[in-house]
Amino acid sequence: MHYRVFDTENLREYFRQSQRTPIIMHHYKNLIFALACLPLSGITSAQDGLPDDYCRWEVADYAIAEPLCGLAGDAQRGSEIASDSGRGNCLACHQLPIPDIEAYGTIGPPLTGIAARLSVPMIRLRIVDTRHINPMSIMPGFYRDPRLINRPGKEYRGRTFLTAQQVEDVIAYMATLK
Amino acid sequence: MIPFYKTTLLLCGLLLAIPASAVLASEAKSGYDYIKPESRAMQDDDFENPGMLAVEKGQVLFNRKQNGAGKACAECHARDGASLDKKNLARYPVYNEDAAEIVTLQQRISRCRDNNAGSRTLPTDHPDLVALETFVRNRAIGEAVNVQTDGPMVEILQQGKQLYNTRYGLIDMACYHCHDLYPGQMIRGQKISQGQGNGFPAYRLGTGEITNLHQRIQQCLTLMRAEPFAADSDEIKLLGLYIMSRSNGLGIETPAVRY
Repeated sequence: MHYRVFDTENLREYFRQSQRTPIIMHHYKNLIFALACLPLSGITSAQDGLPDDYCRWEVADYAIAEPLCGLAGDAQRGSEIASDSGRGNCLACHQLPIPDIEAYGTIGPPLTGIAARLSVPMIRLRIVDTRHINPMSIMPGFYRDPRLINRPGKEYRGRTFLTAQQVEDVIAYMATLK
Repeated sequence: MIPFYKTTLLLCGLLLAIPASAVLASEAKSGYDYIKPESRAMQDDDFENPGMLAVEKGQVLFNRKQNGAGKACAECHARDGASLDKKNLARYPVYNEDAAEIVTLQQRISRCRDNNAGSRTLPTDHPDLVALETFVRNRAIGEAVNVQTDGPMVEILQQGKQLYNTRYGLIDMACYHCHDLYPGQMIRGQKISQGQGNGFPAYRLGTGEITNLHQRIQQCLTLMRAEPFAADSDEIKLLGLYIMSRSNGLGIETPAVRY
């Protein structure tokens, strides 16, 4: 099996094309890109075009085993981030067992009992970048490679949706939902 | 290293996703069907509908000589636009084959003002132009949207659809995701609509302003934490055109009340 190595020039071309490509092809390309990158994640040059504080992560068996940047999460903070519309905003699409909040969404599955269905490493991949599981998913990748974001607003360039610490906090909270 | 059978599984999942989404996008429903009953009541009552303020502003502008103009719109199109053809208004945006460009209703009005009445050109989406657009579109209220979809439009609409199906911004969603896959579902307490254009320019409860379709698309892109397409850019016109073509057959509701 051959993997295409993406240098920065190829990436620029990839972005240029992705702006004019239908979503099906867009994701097909994403998939190829993801598949091509995975086995190389350890060998490619360090932080090539990535923000300095971005921690690389590896997918195996549809899960990310290691906590991002080796950080430990805090479930209480995670619960606050999940319901904060300016941060995680999980409630925009998912129902969560957080009292006093009625305006939740029905786009994604309810997350009550999620930790009984999925292991922590599986939850981590779904929050970091769920498109490794479903390339068509509407769900944002909360720690997706910022180079894969199309037309980010000026103030969001080179940024992830949540910080590594916030992602680990949310994971710690999800782990309590048994 | 990902085992080969997993790659195959992923690709199969991808292929399954295609027909499912194509089925869901079949029947056009106005945003009116998705808003709350009290918002519908607000839209239906001309005295309650705040969008009527823009219609009235547009009406005043239509009937009088505007800044530097030699004549008023009403001198050619009759007082209050009585001689405007509803069926023609419902066709906008149109494609001008000679100039090979999409012409929006606002552009048509703006050029008509400048070329025939000699008024000073206003920038795109100037409040006066949005008010005129709202007033003129409101003349065709109830008429079914009828954007051309054949001939040269086939390829142009395909370009619009590509933009509609492309992910934008840090939130990384395409218009397609919310408005084709999840209409009727709730997003933080608000019902997602099909993103139809038949009510625009519309009064937005979320901002308290009259908003035309291009402005609404820009606001949605900003919400996606994306760099919005500029007013009058090819992209915004292609998106607006494609979205309006999806609304073919729906009655014009301008000025609708929308979230």
